Amino acid sequence: MGEFTVHRVRFFHYMPSGICAMAFNRRTERLAVARTDGSVELYSRTDHFFQEKVVPGRQQRSIQALCWVGKRLFGAGLSGEIAEFDLDNLRLKFSQDAYGGPIWSIVCNPQGTHLAAGCEDGTVKLFEILEDQIRFERNMGGQKGRIISLAWHSSGTKIAAGMIDMIKVFDLDSGNAVQRLLVERGSRMQQSQECVVWSVLFLSDIIVSGDSAGKVKMWDVNTGTLIKNHQVTEWDVLTLSVSQDETSLFAGTSEGTVVQFQLLDVVLGQEEKEWVRTRTFKNHTHDVIALAEADTVIISGGMDTQLVVRPLLDKLDFKSRDSSLLKILFPQRSLVSCAKKAGLLLFQYPTHLELWRLGDTEGHGPPGCILPVSRNPEKLLHLKIKGEDHVCCSAVAPCGEWIAYSTTSGIRLYRLQRDNKNVSITKVPKLPKVLRHAHQLCFSPDSSHLYGTTSSAVHVVALTSAGCKFEHSLKPKSGSTHPVRLLAVSSDGKFLASANSNSEIHIYNMHKLKAHCTVPVYRSGVSAMGIHPETNNLVIVHADHQIFEFSIEQMQYTDWSRRVQKEGLHHVWLERDTPVINVTFNPQNPNHVILHDSYMFCIIDQSLPLPDRKSQFHNQLTLKSLPEAERLKHSHAFKECKLYQPLLCVDMLENQSLVVVERPLLDITTNLPAPVRQKKFAT
Amino acid sequence: MAALYEATTLCVLNVGPGGSDSGISGIEPSADDDQVVVTDSARSVTVYKVSDKKALGSWTVKQGQTVTCPAIYNPQTSEYVVVTDSKVIRVWKDSDINIDRAFKTTVSADVWRVLSVPDSEPLVLFQRGAVRRLDTLLADPQQPVENVLPEEAVIRWSAVLNVEQQPCLMFLSEQKGETLLLMQRRHPDSAARYRLEGGEAPLSCSALPCDGGVRLFCLYSSGSVYESVVPIRGAGGVVEEVQPLPRTLLLNLPVGEGKLESASAVSLDDAHVALVGVPHPSAGPGKDFLCIWNTNFQTLQAAKEMAGRIYGQLWCSCGKLYVPHGKSLSVIPFKCQKSSLAAAMGKLRQAGSNGTIASAEEVQKKVSAFLSNLKNLHVIQVAAGGLASVLVSRCQEQPGFYPHSALVQLVHSQCLSYSVCPHLLTLALEKKDYALCQFCLQVFPDIPEAVACSCLKAFLSESDGTLDTVSLERDSVAFVEGLIANSTQEGGETQSSMPLDMKCPVGLHKAVLLNEILQVAYSDCFLLLHLKTLSAPQVILFLQYLQFLYGKYSQDLHTQVSALRSPAMTQILDWICLLVDAHFTVLVMAPEARELLSHLHKVVRLQVKVFSELGKIEGCLQALQKAKQSGDVCQYSIEVIELF
Repeated sequence: MGEFTVHRVRFFHYMPSGICAMAFNRRTERLAVARTDGSVELYSRTDHFFQEKVVPGRQQRSIQALCWVGKRLFGAGLSGEIAEFDLDNLRLKFSQDAYGGPIWSIVCNPQGTHLAAGCEDGTVKLFEILEDQIRFERNMGGQKGRIISLAWHSSGTKIAAGMIDMIKVFDLDSGNAVQRLLVERGSRMQQSQECVVWSVLFLSDIIVSGDSAGKVKMWDVNTGTLIKNHQVTEWDVLTLSVSQDETSLFAGTSEGTVVQFQLLDVVLGQEEKEWVRTRTFKNHTHDVIALAEADTVIISGGMDTQLVVRPLLDKLDFKSRDSSLLKILFPQRSLVSCAKKAGLLLFQYPTHLELWRLGDTEGHGPPGCILPVSRNPEKLLHLKIKGEDHVCCSAVAPCGEWIAYSTTSGIRLYRLQRDNKNVSITKVPKLPKVLRHAHQLCFSPDSSHLYGTTSSAVHVVALTSAGCKFEHSLKPKSGSTHPVRLLAVSSDGKFLASANSNSEIHIYNMHKLKAHCTVPVYRSGVSAMGIHPETNNLVIVHADHQIFEFSIEQMQYTDWSRRVQKEGLHHVWLERDTPVINVTFNPQNPNHVILHDSYMFCIIDQSLPLPDRKSQFHNQLTLKSLPEAERLKHSHAFKECKLYQPLLCVDMLENQSLVVVERPLLDITTNLPAPVRQKKFAT
Repeated sequence: MAALYEATTLCVLNVGPGGSDSGISGIEPSADDDQVVVTDSARSVTVYKVSDKKALGSWTVKQGQTVTCPAIYNPQTSEYVVVTDSKVIRVWKDSDINIDRAFKTTVSADVWRVLSVPDSEPLVLFQRGAVRRLDTLLADPQQPVENVLPEEAVIRWSAVLNVEQQPCLMFLSEQKGETLLLMQRRHPDSAARYRLEGGEAPLSCSALPCDGGVRLFCLYSSGSVYESVVPIRGAGGVVEEVQPLPRTLLLNLPVGEGKLESASAVSLDDAHVALVGVPHPSAGPGKDFLCIWNTNFQTLQAAKEMAGRIYGQLWCSCGKLYVPHGKSLSVIPFKCQKSSLAAAMGKLRQAGSNGTIASAEEVQKKVSAFLSNLKNLHVIQVAAGGLASVLVSRCQEQPGFYPHSALVQLVHSQCLSYSVCPHLLTLALEKKDYALCQFCLQVFPDIPEAVACSCLKAFLSESDGTLDTVSLERDSVAFVEGLIANSTQEGGETQSSMPLDMKCPVGLHKAVLLNEILQVAYSDCFLLLHLKTLSAPQVILFLQYLQFLYGKYSQDLHTQVSALRSPAMTQILDWICLLVDAHFTVLVMAPEARELLSHLHKVVRLQVKVFSELGKIEGCLQALQKAKQSGDVCQYSIEVIELF
């Protein structure tokens, strides 16, 4: 197969943010996850938790609660504003101050007509949800004590509000508090400390609360008495979640555990039921701040930044990819762009960009050796972002002379001039007005054009040394409004493919500046795609790991693609739990397609037979041990390499050397805050 | 006079449920005098080396099987024999690891005990009273076994004694309220039955051979110890009829209220009997004692309190008593002198069984002969201890008598320890026999802090002139000479900004003795208490000496002076700390100690500085190590890989 020189890069200090809120939409099966940097990510439950959309964050924005109302997503946080997210344009639609100080919690009523926000000033504020805005209706409560958590009864007439040391139940009709449940710390020693009710649930006949004393308490709604008290942890119970049928509930704790309670028969076959603590999961090292229950899985997230999807095996009938634990730690989009000709890497951080020039070596050596570095990698540029919005996309031109990035408030394009040692950067003025902000940016292979997308449209900007000029806007014929997730340009610059979050792929002819064709829509989201430099075939990888190859010129799937579909992919490949995030090609060998996800990269040799069901998928070691003559007989198309992980980017430079950008997990965990102290055996 | 020595714990007991059972079913002598076979009442047999308190081997039968009789060692064949599940006889050797793989055979009737017979084949006693030699039984295991006893009879006790060079088996059987003693001899073949007087079965029995018969000691629950003499008839023959066996009351022990429940008596010699489970006559209730009583004079000769619950079990083997109590099995060496009224009353004046008064030279000769004759180290320990204590008590009685060389020889035999002969060291101090003191300090592993401290006081207050006349051990003297010589050599050369170079504040021999004190094992909280009794000049002198030593040590000079025994740096520093702790206020107030204190302060500061520097170095080294480990995990590398 061949030898490759690999630039192993570990100086991209990517740091994910902690998860601070989650909301699961049962109707659309979408999970919204808010992070501490203010960004909101949307995952599709039906598509193996594929990250479909990301609303970039913003400094000072902290989201304490998310709430789905139909297909609309609302969020609120300590800034005191309630905001709606525009999921087509991936930005805020509007935000409205609630005038109650920081907001700790928002919920909507079962009918989807009103929002309630729990505020610092102790009021529960009711808002009516209108077409394009929300309108304040009235206040409830309003004495001392902040409202930390809220829960709406399914009848829509009562709201339970978790406060400090108590829970209040408000009647919607009268607007008065009808019940006051005192939540105490229990032990006498700690009575002076206040007890924060971090989370409440309002089931049909009980109220469940989770508090800072580490207890999950069940209260009778009618009498307001404590029915059951479960000491779950020595620390805080931060979040609660209940299944739709109200037979199972989960509590997330500061220790990183998720505890399940189930409503079980006290005596088998009799009516009487009781909440019984059944299982404890420990998949987090830090506080579990948000939980969401999605029928067969429990999704948890917290300060350790990972999203853990834990299948509830009692609800699954057969083994499948869904029945294994899923941990989502890395973004499912590329934060690194690579200038292949110039050997530059552009790293996208939330508030700045870094441009690095790769090092060089003059050495040669046998496989497995580390070559002496004759020139060290060099940080050419550290570009701070103007404004408070975080970067949503960035790109460097293949020649390395142009850099562009976009936030939700604007696009900036820079011209980079490098002579021997100095790097100078000039901002290109007067970008076209249509390109106010972009979801995706990319440069044409000859660096003559910049393509940017807003919502579903692709705008073409010609770049010259004098400046830039808007050329054209291309819109999909279908009129779809889904935001573009991926762009791919052919190396001759003739074709541009755009994939949106609805898995639609549109191909445009850039010479004629008009739509060329569309690729048949597949049920799973497009996680990566690339256009082959010689054949102009579009290689598409979906979130369920299916691979398609579409000939743009012939406007049909290629024979290889049909063969893949006919023979089926190997089950080991299909069971991978992170999606492929980049497709690139080997300029020296047209048969090679290079794919990577977070834990491996893989070179597919299209000239070789596909692995059949029985053959060994990871066969690199076997092949290594075989004599050269026999290797070909045993080899198959998928050459997987797991030497480097976790991977943020794998790309191939023009000189046929690979660039891998690694982010060791240890570096991430060491940058996390210390977890709560736990007594360990023999310490 | 009889004496009980320091108890040592042989093993931890596996106490049965409820704690009523010690978990030990028997202790039998093994290959040599220092080994015993301990049989667990459940499943295992362990051989211990007593002086080392170490198990030499342990064998356990499978789950579900039980050991039903204590294992014995057959010295004829060097094999162990045990019976499991009443009918299975197992024989194995030391080299067998797994008892289940060893030889076993099933016999046709239930076995009561296997009894080892001195210089002969072991005997097997069946529950119904039949007796077989082990070798004949193993040759035909399924041979029919006759019933000597009726079915309801229960065997209570059994023993084999060598009477007139012939083994004699005896056992007690209880039936229908009467207790019979059955006695069997092989050569000439004879058997006899005796009915014990009183009817009731004794709690514990013990037998000793005597002229023309066997003396049987029985302890009853009333606290009485009776003696019966069973005659041995020279002629053979089986006497079928039951003869009455008269008894005489030997001891009537105070029992308090109620009766004894679990107690045990073992006759040690014709005049002494050891008892456990019988209350000590002058101790309060709730305390358990091991007592040795003189039966001739009905006096308590020695007693030792046993911590924890006593199970009423007692074994005697090779001059040691074995008592399970609380959670441990203790071994107590004992010694009984020939019974005399004077000894019994504790008024025996001198050693020597002949009663004549030997001179110091004679004693010396006898001691040499004694030491050269005895080969077995363990026996020496007891005997030498006894000898030494006799000599010491005679020295205390007779002001003119002091057998210096005999005592030195005894100490040199390494058989003595402080606890064996507690007055020896104090005697040496009284007699100003500093050479003996030095030997004692070197040899005794267990010198109490108080005694060490009184030695220290004596050494410090003695004038250098007197000390220099004493001949001390050469090696230790050479060591101090080396130190002092080094100090005089280099004293002029080095700048004495630090008080590292100073003259030795004490004489040569005093330094040697002080060095011995420094090497004595101690526990600081006890020592601190006694150190406070030192006078201020003594403290200052000693501190100066320690400072001198410290100075020498920190110059690395002591490494040039080789010695077998020399105080360690940490010992010196610990002593300095302890002294300063004990006398800090005195030292602060004393003007003559000011310089000393400030020097010590400098020393401490220097140490702190050195340690902080070392800490830094440690940090650097650790960082280096880390850097080395993460060598391959750098920020950037260019590698070559090959895919196939």
